[in-house]
Amino acid sequence: MSAASLIDVRHVTKAFRTRSGDEVVALSDISLAVQPQEFVTVVGPSGCGKSTLLRILAGLVLPSKGQVRIGDIPVAGPRRDVGMVFQDAVLLPWRTVLENVLLPADVIGLERRTALARARELLALVRLTEFMDKYPVELSGGMRQRVAIARALMHEPAILLLDEPFGALDAMTRERMNLELLRIWQVSRKTVVLVTHSIEEAVFLADRVIVMSPRPGTIREFMDVPLGRPRTSQTRAEPELVRLVARLRAYFDSLAIEEA
Amino acid sequence: MPRGRTLPLSDRAPAVGTGILLLTAWEFGPPAFGISPLLIPRLSVVVGSLLDQLQRGLIFGNLLVTLVEALGGFTAGSIGGVVAAALISRSPLLERAVLPYLVALQSLPKVALAPLLVVWLGFGMGSKVAIAAIIAFFPVLINAIIGFAAVEREKLELMRSLVATEWQTFRFLRFPNALPFIFGGLNVAIVFSVTGALVGEFVGAREGLGTLLLQFNFNMDIGGMFAVLIVLGVLGAALHGVVRALHKRLIFWARPDDLELRAP
Repeated sequence: MSAASLIDVRHVTKAFRTRSGDEVVALSDISLAVQPQEFVTVVGPSGCGKSTLLRILAGLVLPSKGQVRIGDIPVAGPRRDVGMVFQDAVLLPWRTVLENVLLPADVIGLERRTALARARELLALVRLTEFMDKYPVELSGGMRQRVAIARALMHEPAILLLDEPFGALDAMTRERMNLELLRIWQVSRKTVVLVTHSIEEAVFLADRVIVMSPRPGTIREFMDVPLGRPRTSQTRAEPELVRLVARLRAYFDSLAIEEA
Repeated sequence: MPRGRTLPLSDRAPAVGTGILLLTAWEFGPPAFGISPLLIPRLSVVVGSLLDQLQRGLIFGNLLVTLVEALGGFTAGSIGGVVAAALISRSPLLERAVLPYLVALQSLPKVALAPLLVVWLGFGMGSKVAIAAIIAFFPVLINAIIGFAAVEREKLELMRSLVATEWQTFRFLRFPNALPFIFGGLNVAIVFSVTGALVGEFVGAREGLGTLLLQFNFNMDIGGMFAVLIVLGVLGAALHGVVRALHKRLIFWARPDDLELRAP
């Protein structure tokens, strides 16, 4: 692991105790490193602990064994240099779009005028300026998720963590949101870790794909994605991408057969 | 943004029809079936009695007394209910120590406390406010506890990821999230508080619509009693209407009918 990595995960194991008292190992001996401004995706079948891994990175869940370091400081709890985006946008329905984006500023206590200017900038970045004064119920699923991304960027975190952010969207909106996210990433230059169960999405977005196997969750491989940037909808047809997707699909298919 | 839900005229027609039918039956039914006007006076007699009382200034002063008692009790009971629920939902120890007793008290018919409260606080408005407050307290408490607990896990994770304090999580998330539930309780509490004030007046008071009702009762003035009942009906409907209107305006993100819990 190079010294320059921003996120450094060392031998992390996470075990949960179920209601009946059994111990379930969600993650087993996970080690990985993420470089600054890298776009990493984590892909795996449901139950492979990928969401748990993301929550451990965010400090929302603490590992049973092992350690996570961000910028060489051990993670002991939630921290403000991390922005989170959840599967459902998790907007507060009583706040307008603008007020939702301002939530981190309200919590952290940023100066109002600076915060407002920044929120407006972010809404322009996610192309929702016209919807600033709407309430979440008035937005489409894709728009809501864009508000959630803008909110996660509000307090200028170095790291953006996304937990299946487009899982609830229809296929066409999802592809459009992939491009939007890449555009936002290219502008904001954050370090991104995105969890998904879509193989195609994982390969299309990432510099590097972390492939996980289930029960207990372990890392099966780190797959480099040698595709140029910026990526466009044409990228999805590139032979290299198609090849990588096919290889991953074959792997996950073999898992499914074992399970059946 | 609030979705207006004014019913078109054609939807209201059946209710208006029922009303006209009932009023007609009230006017012409009793004599037709040979019921003594002493038991059920005709509509026109009741309206006459109401106008007479209005003219003699019996209604307004007594209405004001009952209104102040009910509103005072409603306000105190509601604030108490929300504060108690907030404390209980933030402290598992307090919940285990106090909630079983509150639930037990909840099943006690609270109006039974009225005679005691009149002894303690006297014949004035204080004892009525106290009864109304106790009755209004419980539906708000129970609904608010449910509301404070009904926060999605991801929303709490969002607040945690921002390193929000307990107070910020309450202010920005738990409290607004509980408001639709709290209003469900307030809808019930406003009606209960009028009942509380009235029962207090029955037990012992010098003023108020309850006192007026008893006076007519002693004099066997059934028309007068019906007139007071009409005023009480209007009062209850008006107060409930105000709470519902506030509900619709303030809680625009959740519809009123979704969350109304019936308290016993």
